[in-house]
Amino acid sequence: MDDFLVRALIGGIGVALVAGPFGSFVVWRRLAYFGDTLAHSALLGVVIGYLLHLNLTLGVIAVCQLLALLLFLLQRRRGLAGDTLLGILAHSALSLGLVLLALAETLRVDLLSYLFGDILAISRADLYWIYGGGGVALVALGRIWRPLLAITVHEDLAQVEGIPVAKINWGFMSLMALAVALLMKVVGLLLVTAMFIIPAATFRRFATTPESMAAGAAGCGIIAVVAGLSASYRWDTPAGPSIVIAATLLFTIAFLLPGRRLH
Amino acid sequence: MNEIHWEPREPPLVRVENASLRLGGKEILSGVSLGVCRGEILTIIGPNGGGKTTLLRIMLGLLSPDQGQVTRAPGLRIGYMPQRITFDPVLPLNVRRFLTLSTPQPEPALLKVLEEVGAAALLNAPMQNLSGGELQRVLMARALLRDPDLLALDEPAQGVDVHGQVELFGLISKISHERGCAVVMVSHDLHLVMAATDRVLCLNRHICCTGSPGSVQANPAFIELFSPRALGNLAIYSHQHNHHHDPVTGKECAGKECQHD
Repeated sequence: MDDFLVRALIGGIGVALVAGPFGSFVVWRRLAYFGDTLAHSALLGVVIGYLLHLNLTLGVIAVCQLLALLLFLLQRRRGLAGDTLLGILAHSALSLGLVLLALAETLRVDLLSYLFGDILAISRADLYWIYGGGGVALVALGRIWRPLLAITVHEDLAQVEGIPVAKINWGFMSLMALAVALLMKVVGLLLVTAMFIIPAATFRRFATTPESMAAGAAGCGIIAVVAGLSASYRWDTPAGPSIVIAATLLFTIAFLLPGRRLH
Repeated sequence: MNEIHWEPREPPLVRVENASLRLGGKEILSGVSLGVCRGEILTIIGPNGGGKTTLLRIMLGLLSPDQGQVTRAPGLRIGYMPQRITFDPVLPLNVRRFLTLSTPQPEPALLKVLEEVGAAALLNAPMQNLSGGELQRVLMARALLRDPDLLALDEPAQGVDVHGQVELFGLISKISHERGCAVVMVSHDLHLVMAATDRVLCLNRHICCTGSPGSVQANPAFIELFSPRALGNLAIYSHQHNHHHDPVTGKECAGKECQHD
């Protein structure tokens, strides 16, 4: 097997492992649009990283973190409906990224690779980012798992029972921002949300506990990465979209399988 | 038990003093004061939009009033049963997990508390499959697991059929009696709740009247606030269960009568 394909597989599997547990929370807390908003700001992170002579991945992580903090602060004020606010931030961040990209004349980037991912171009350094950053994100998520789940089920109840709701919520948003910045590398900013929600939704009907759903979602994500990459290699299709289509096929099969009903 | 134990002999578990709150320019609460003492059952009734849930949230510390003071006894343990909790089937969660969401508990403790609320068979049932009455019992079990000094129940009978409501209010009385914990209940239901309470507080943005169920029912402010039909139901009920038309605890009620526009 070619080197680049091995790196793509390892990177893709790492990303699927991160996406499973985070994606489960995205589905449980209905945060699909939130993940999308973070992803839309990633291009701005690339440009800012370049202009400030930072590592580009670091630039993306920093901008995602800033946006998560901004959203956290804005949501506490409750002036606008949540999805309106997310829409404003998502599209203004993406547009700002595109405009700055055009102004930064010396920066030539392959826009498509940021929009749809470029898993076949994953470098060894990218793998370190995915496994290092992803490992940190997963360990931290594990540490706030129980209170986060309590907040997900009922925020007021959790607060009365002594859980520091605001602190945990902010911690989770910050970890989400890190996860989004890593997922970007594989599927690109337009398809990040798919990696979060499709594997989690696929495994829901087989799960009996939150933890089994998170693990199963990671498993479904890995199957989708392997299948999508194989298809991409065989038929020379774009890798990121192929992975998403593989995940969707898996979801459809799981949906059609006879078995337990949800309700 | 039938003593007038709502009279403050010891410092109240929660005391609200002159609390006012405006949300979005609208006055929700104005100058509300109350205290809840150990062992009493206090029911907050009033019309929709009268600020009942808001007052409860202020007592729990989930909201801060714009003006006024809220003091809770040091180390106060509160068991809270929120209103309208819905379980999205997308989150796989059974009763056992729900009960242990914020603190791990050994299985015998879980079974014991489920037994207490009459829901021992539900330990491994998925939360989204519970009926209205079962769900309220499981919520009560989670509140009781904290061995609370104060039980705060927001519309505990919501989504429960009439037969189940009678059982539920009976259960609340029993728990308060056996555990000696105070209970604060919010209800828009008039008749059933009256039987299970020591003291009623009638709230319509401000406290209209407060006192024993019998005295509140006789209060003009209360009669003006509720429709004749609702009061008709109440009258039928109180004939069966409350013969005291001249209750000893009526004085506070008469003193705090309010003017309506």
